Amino acid sequence: MIKAAQAMVEALVKEGVRVVFGYPGATICPFYDELAKTDIHHVLVRHEANAGHAASGYARMTNRPAVCVATSGPGATNLLTAIATAYADSIPLVCITGQVSTDQIGCDVFQEVDTTGAAQGFVKHSFLVKDASTIPEIMKQAFYIAGTGRKGPVLVDVPQDVQNTMIEGGYPEEVHMRTYRPMVKPNSLQIARIRKAVAESERPLLCVGGGVFLSGAVKEAIAFAEKARIPAVSTMMGLSIFETDHPLYLGMLGMHGVRSANAAVSRCDTLIMVGARVGDRAIRSPSLVAEGKTIIHIDIDSAEIGKNIPVDIPLVGDCRGILAELAEGEYPDNHRGWLDELAQVKNDVSTNPETLGFVNPKLFIRKLSDTLPSNAICVADVGQNQIWCSNNFGFRTGARFLTSGGMGTMGYSLPCAVGAKLACPDREVVVVCGDGSFQMMMAELATIVQEDIAVKIIVMKNKRLGMVRELQTKQYEDHQIAVDIGDKPDFAAIAGAYGIEADKCHTMDEAREKIEKLVASKKAYLLECNVSKLESTLNGG
Amino acid sequence: MKHTISVLVENHAGVLSRVTALFARRGFNIDSLAVGHTADPTISRITIVADGDDHTAQQIEKQVNKLIETIKVKVFSPDEILERELIIFKIGAAPTQRSEILTICEIMGARIIDMTPTTMSVEMCDSEVHLERMRDMISGYGIKEIVRTGPIAIQKGATTIR
Repeated sequence: MIKAAQAMVEALVKEGVRVVFGYPGATICPFYDELAKTDIHHVLVRHEANAGHAASGYARMTNRPAVCVATSGPGATNLLTAIATAYADSIPLVCITGQVSTDQIGCDVFQEVDTTGAAQGFVKHSFLVKDASTIPEIMKQAFYIAGTGRKGPVLVDVPQDVQNTMIEGGYPEEVHMRTYRPMVKPNSLQIARIRKAVAESERPLLCVGGGVFLSGAVKEAIAFAEKARIPAVSTMMGLSIFETDHPLYLGMLGMHGVRSANAAVSRCDTLIMVGARVGDRAIRSPSLVAEGKTIIHIDIDSAEIGKNIPVDIPLVGDCRGILAELAEGEYPDNHRGWLDELAQVKNDVSTNPETLGFVNPKLFIRKLSDTLPSNAICVADVGQNQIWCSNNFGFRTGARFLTSGGMGTMGYSLPCAVGAKLACPDREVVVVCGDGSFQMMMAELATIVQEDIAVKIIVMKNKRLGMVRELQTKQYEDHQIAVDIGDKPDFAAIAGAYGIEADKCHTMDEAREKIEKLVASKKAYLLECNVSKLESTLNGG
Repeated sequence: MKHTISVLVENHAGVLSRVTALFARRGFNIDSLAVGHTADPTISRITIVADGDDHTAQQIEKQVNKLIETIKVKVFSPDEILERELIIFKIGAAPTQRSEILTICEIMGARIIDMTPTTMSVEMCDSEVHLERMRDMISGYGIKEIVRTGPIAIQKGATTIR
């Protein structure tokens, strides 16, 4: 007989978990007590949301479920934003929370909250464990559910007394669930229909989304585009699937996308969407876009197909196998005219001239990506910094872009980078955030120092919540309210207080020199960039 | 448009809450809901009557199907199913009115289950159309209270959901 808490920890060991991100508290102490007896490395974050975001970064770079831990009550509610963020981007997480003892549930005792109830709308699944003997099976199911089908966060809420209950150990080898069968064999007739539609199309377009990463189908997506000579656009979650300079690649589509990509979307006759869910930021008027086109939608989640855009050829399945099969098709070379036409509108990402006393963020991002190794991981936060990165970072083969695409969670980047760096210690990880988003999670500098995590941090300081300021300028007659965040603090000094090397730059000449320094550093490094409050995300603006 | 949706789920605590929350989130207004376990006691059947367009109904079907504890979902149009609902009326009934009410009950297939000097309680199990007709027939006597279960539904013919 073993404690259920020990069974929880043994489950992590069996699942090959090496790192967990968390923050302890009274009700999760039995679990921590057992965790201490293993080789699993616990990263102590400074806020529970960051445990979830760090696990998200780790999961995205390992493509396996990652684990975050919090205590009951405020620990759990702090974690909620990270769970919702992971849910929106289909990131596989196993979120373990402590809960008050079963005899106290419903009594509104200290640090009690209905965690599974609160998270209900944005978890793939959740368990409130009342019977300790089910722990091994539930842990097995949690990892299985999180990491298969359309991936996502699974919450396991375990009351303190349950963790302390003695149970039979033993981790199940297999999952038995009569209701959950995530593996769908793609319909071969539909694959044949797609091949035919692509072969007959004169103006086909491929749109790749985050699902391509989740299914590990990057090579297959590129191979299909190259074989069929189809130009490609990407959603924000699909950035870095294609290298920016790939001859068939046009850039990011949508509200914040580039003209070439949006022109291609509106002019194509056949749109093949793979692992993309037609979010409003990518395609604002789906029914308009679909008019007169053949829409092909490939996704592992049948509920995404036909949800936001009418579809002519639906195909449910894992896009890796599907893209591989599509790449084996034979396609006539009949859209040279289309490619030539698109070449005319390609590369319209322009910048305004350099202003004295300021760093031009678009040029900065280009210089940064040129200086970083080709396999660098770029983690953008949310806001102007995210759009500057999306449209200006030159992704080369092997590079990776991470951001909170669906939820747009400010403060995601720094903890996400912590997780990404722990998953890929040999790769350069650079965080790009604004002064608004940085202040949402800068407590994680302490984690970075304590864990000696060599992430490189760029803070674009424009003393504004720039994205909202732009919105106010464009849609609210430039009535600026609640967007001025002042010129404090001195971020380089803050970093210094944590013992992190830091610097500032005010001009592009300075920036060019300091980017070199930042990339060359072997330790964590923060670079504060003085950016004009007038800078916008618009291309050419 | 009204849709009758049958959902087979694992008979676990919290499952009903997941299903109904999903309806609310996707903008589907639930008119009625009835739950009970099936021939297999580990499986519950939820019958929901809800209002919404066909696109939403299709989304609901897919989204409910995605819930881990869902075994099967089916959305029915009215002509595919047999529906039954249990209703209880508490009717104001003076002694002189009792025999009239009794006659109505006999004709409509309702049954008197309780009686006081001033009221009668009547149960009836039928389709919604017939229940509404019964309501019209007795409304003149003064309906003091109505309680209804919401319909349950089964497919016509030999087809089953499993």
